[in-house]
Amino acid sequence: MRVMDGTLPSIKGFLKTLSPVDQVGAEARAAMLATRSIKTSSKSWAIDMAISMIDLTTLEGADTAGKVKAICNKAVRPDPSDSTVPHVGAICVYNDMVRVAREHLDASGGKDIPVAAVSTAFPSGRASLEVKKRDTEDAIANGAAEIDMVIDRGAFLSGDLVKVFNEIEFIKSICGDKAHLKVILETGELVTLDNVRKASYLAMAAGADFIKTSTGKVSPAATAPVVLVMLEAVRDWYEMTGTRIGVKPAGGIRTTKDAIKQLVLVNETAGPEWLNPGLFRIGASALLNDLLMQRMKLRDGHYAGSNYVTLD
Amino acid sequence: MTFEYASAPESTSVVKIKPEYGLFINGKFLPAKGGKVFSTINPATEAHLSKVAFAAPSDVDKAVAAARTAYSKVWSKMPAAERGKYLFRIARILQERAREFAVLETMDNGKPIRETRDTDIPLAAAHFFYHAGWADKLEHAGVGTAPKPHGVVGQIIPWNFPLLMLSWKIAPALATGNTVVLKPAETTPLTALLFAEVCQQAGLPAGVVNIVTGDGSTGAAIVNHPGIDKIAFTGSTDVGKGIARAIAGSKKSATLELGGKGANIVFEDAPIDETVEGIITGIFFNQGHVCCAGSRLLVQENIHDELMAKLKARISKIRVGDPLDKNTDLGAINSSAQLEKIRELTASGVEEGAEQWSPSCNLPSKGFWFPPTVFTGVTQAHKIAREEIFGPVLSVLTFRTPQEAIEKANNTPFGLSAGIWTDKGSRILWTAKHLKAGVIWANTFNKFDPASPFGGYKESGWGREGGRHGLAAYLKGGH
Repeated sequence: MRVMDGTLPSIKGFLKTLSPVDQVGAEARAAMLATRSIKTSSKSWAIDMAISMIDLTTLEGADTAGKVKAICNKAVRPDPSDSTVPHVGAICVYNDMVRVAREHLDASGGKDIPVAAVSTAFPSGRASLEVKKRDTEDAIANGAAEIDMVIDRGAFLSGDLVKVFNEIEFIKSICGDKAHLKVILETGELVTLDNVRKASYLAMAAGADFIKTSTGKVSPAATAPVVLVMLEAVRDWYEMTGTRIGVKPAGGIRTTKDAIKQLVLVNETAGPEWLNPGLFRIGASALLNDLLMQRMKLRDGHYAGSNYVTLD
Repeated sequence: MTFEYASAPESTSVVKIKPEYGLFINGKFLPAKGGKVFSTINPATEAHLSKVAFAAPSDVDKAVAAARTAYSKVWSKMPAAERGKYLFRIARILQERAREFAVLETMDNGKPIRETRDTDIPLAAAHFFYHAGWADKLEHAGVGTAPKPHGVVGQIIPWNFPLLMLSWKIAPALATGNTVVLKPAETTPLTALLFAEVCQQAGLPAGVVNIVTGDGSTGAAIVNHPGIDKIAFTGSTDVGKGIARAIAGSKKSATLELGGKGANIVFEDAPIDETVEGIITGIFFNQGHVCCAGSRLLVQENIHDELMAKLKARISKIRVGDPLDKNTDLGAINSSAQLEKIRELTASGVEEGAEQWSPSCNLPSKGFWFPPTVFTGVTQAHKIAREEIFGPVLSVLTFRTPQEAIEKANNTPFGLSAGIWTDKGSRILWTAKHLKAGVIWANTFNKFDPASPFGGYKESGWGREGGRHGLAAYLKGGH
């Protein structure tokens, strides 16, 4: 269903139909859901679900092929001592590491783990459309099955919604059926929850398969109220169009508790249909080890030291 | 497989319920005359919790005499700053023993532990902290330069927020220099009796706080007692009217906090997701056992269907069950009598042609339970739009213009609370100005703060509790 056609009147007209967000109320709802107490069997289910949803990420200037290969190994076998641990959802790297990751995953039993590339001049998005195009094409050519693009926040904030829409639509056309498109809103720069809601719809209407909170380079990142508003957006988009769009919080989710809170938000907002790696991902790096330690604790009855999980 | 939340019950090991409780008179626990007792149960399981002394009029005499002696010999002579210290001490002990109080309240009342833990007990402590600060500053409270206490205050509280209502009553009474005879509700006496232990722990002088347990006859003995200078009552409008008649012509003054049928008004530009949450809080908080509940939802006609769809989807996610489970949203109805009343009124809704809806939910087989319920197609003439149900039952009406919303909202003998949902600041101000309600919330509902006066218009009560206005009710020279 095409709810807007890329012209400013149609975009503005549609965004005006959206209900405003009351920030105090949204924060209160998110805070209430954070009090859910997830124990025993439900905790153990949630930990495995969270592991399978992780986009295991390394996005540093200091990344090397060695580091990327190491996280690929970790992605395939998060806990070498326990084969019942599921593999993660994807590997997320910069463009130039896509081929390294893809080849290493293929060679080490991770054929079914996709590689996601951050694209379109990540994280700032400040480059010409031509550069963004080449960036995306190059990532796909090297084996990226998922493209994490950033929106032009400057254009969004200054009201040039057509530019934002067209860019997403254009990158989507490059992805075609070769790659899934995740659209990073960088909610820390959009600031208000009203903006988060509008940007979510703009991205979905322009062809996003996933909407993603943050690059991880701006703080605050995936706060609970932001994720709540994005989950409401995908829920209502499904009501309107019959299509389920995924959500990916990224940045600041470091502990099992944080991850379980995200799953509770999903469960009680978008609904259980979203509780799978096809529709919910968590962009993280350190989180995986905390999940593994909590998993060991549930299994063995006591906490293991950090030396019992692998560094990368 | 789906994400089922495994049961996460709060431990009851922090609570030591005694097999029997006496009346708390003059700093000591005493048996009632003739050793008469009654039983208090857990409404979620119908399990017996304890036996509680049943105060006869002669026991009330003893309590009033103790309060009078404490007033004239100790409390009225004490420097105000010293009074304040006792209140601070009580507030701190309530915080220290918060978990114990929360669990006990949930067991005796049936409300979810999430609410006792996050709302009832923290607010009760906050009331003592707030009023502790006032104790030595009363001449600045805006009720004259030398305000004086009444003396002995009789206080009767309901079962819906047992400890919180106790704190609303006792904290301002003590801060202003009065002494107290308080009767907790028959079905929820245990946290008041635990509070009596807190008074002992705080070293509060004997007789300043007296707690007598019993039923309506005990309450009547307090109301009619010649040694009582002032009555503070929270409860039903019927009983409140009876109290007003009983004290007419006497020197007693009274504050009455009575029933309500709060209108929660949703305009077309409301932030819809947060409005849905506010509607839920308005009517399902504390099982709807809330005098200021938003029990009448007034929805602008053109968003009725969209709002109802979202509301019903959200209500379907409410977790009903074991109140001690940390994930429970809706607990047990407080008593079989209240459950019967809710059933009667909802039956009348169906009979009068409104459409009843509840999500499918498995109610426990033991205890008193009622599912979250919504009536649509309700008009002003329906009984369920006029009478206070005091349960998890929402009546939905529509309006077309802001004027019509005001007319419908005010068309009730009550006037306690109202809610306004809109994105327009000017509309909030216009609507609030025209509503006849003591408490009006905008884009939120059921928010409480000790600094904010609370009370009703019309048959919802006399006087205010909380804030400076609440202090005035406990001072002469005030009103």
